Amino acid sequence: MANEVILLDFWPSPFGMRVRIALAEKGVKYEYRDEDLRNKSPLLLQMNPIHKKIPVLIHNGRPVCESLVAVQYVDEAWNDKSPLLPSDPYQRAQARFWADFVDKKIYDIGKKTWATKGEELEAAKKEFIDALKLLEVELGNKPYFGGETIGYVDVVLIPFYCWFYAYETCGNFSIEPECPVLIAWAKRCMQKESISESLPDQQKVYEFVLMMRKNLGIE
Amino acid sequence: MGEVKLLGSWGSPFSRRVEMALKHKGVEYEFIDEDLANKSPLLLQYNPVHKKVPVLLHNGKPIAESVVILEYIDETWKTNPIFPKHPYEKAMARFWAKFIDEKCNPAIWQIIWSRDKERDKAIEEAIVHLKTLENELKDKKFFGGETIGVVDIVANLIGFWLGVMQEATGIELVTKERFPILSNWIDEYVSCSVIKENLPPREKLLEAFKSRLNAPAWKY
Repeated sequence: MANEVILLDFWPSPFGMRVRIALAEKGVKYEYRDEDLRNKSPLLLQMNPIHKKIPVLIHNGRPVCESLVAVQYVDEAWNDKSPLLPSDPYQRAQARFWADFVDKKIYDIGKKTWATKGEELEAAKKEFIDALKLLEVELGNKPYFGGETIGYVDVVLIPFYCWFYAYETCGNFSIEPECPVLIAWAKRCMQKESISESLPDQQKVYEFVLMMRKNLGIE
Repeated sequence: MGEVKLLGSWGSPFSRRVEMALKHKGVEYEFIDEDLANKSPLLLQYNPVHKKVPVLLHNGKPIAESVVILEYIDETWKTNPIFPKHPYEKAMARFWAKFIDEKCNPAIWQIIWSRDKERDKAIEEAIVHLKTLENELKDKKFFGGETIGVVDIVANLIGFWLGVMQEATGIELVTKERFPILSNWIDEYVSCSVIKENLPPREKLLEAFKSRLNAPAWKY
């Protein structure tokens, strides 16, 4: 049976990056298709009619939507190497809890650091740093959230690292002095090819954010 | 297989999800009812991040977030599985659980707590999402097939709380005319024994909604 894998994605999307990293960790060969989100392809609309969003992983013609669902699917469908979730049910529950935490906090609050001003911005910056600090406590002195090797939470969180420069520059704040352990973790992750090859350059992300700010009418 | 405790709340659909799963698998547990207006030191200790129910304690180790707990329960107690075995079907179950939690339920709550134009908008949105969910059900008895699965458990707000909310507000969202398949599912759902035995007392829930609706700006 041919193993045909297509990923419908959009280059700056941290959600798409998660799936890229998971596929790379598993050594899966796939076709990457970058979508123009202002002009979505018929395939995207067909494969994700409910949300019409990327990423969509298409495995032998069957779509898996929602990045966390897709990453877990990749982990389970290609279970011969590089497990992303631990085998112990309690550890798995902790990993899922923190992945859910990242999903609830990082993207939305991160967005406020480049899309808001004044008091709203100040509140967002504080909330963002507080969330990162909680993640730092969870990381502890492990090299990765997954322990000695990259795991589910690492895959779910690291894509936002290439957005940090944009957050910091637009929001006028610096993350490293507040969260040195997390930045050290991020740099350690970037040493891994599966991650560095999956994340775009932070300058390009920043330019993309500037364009979005302009489109949204934010000065 | 170890000591199981559940920090929950009698009226919380999230808390009841966990009870349904535990009962479905025949797992004995101690229920600790939390007063959400006055959270116990135990709750704050075991869920410092969100400070919410439910929290499952298995041999003293806490797990929070209802769907995370459901996955844990299915992996720990193998009787009567609630998740499908095959990775693709499992991915679909996770997708629909997310859809219910991120789209259907918030739209339903928005109807209850909003008024006038905002409420009309919320009703429109809820109808769209519930139609999508109904299409997924098709001709199956339950989302899980012949027996209840995780999606049925996660859909408990729609299965039971919604009926009570409709009575408390006088709003008719899910009717047999508008949602024939979903209405059928609701009937099957509340007659299914493991579900029936894990629902809050209807009158008590109705009273709670009515009093909250009459109180000034309150959010669940």
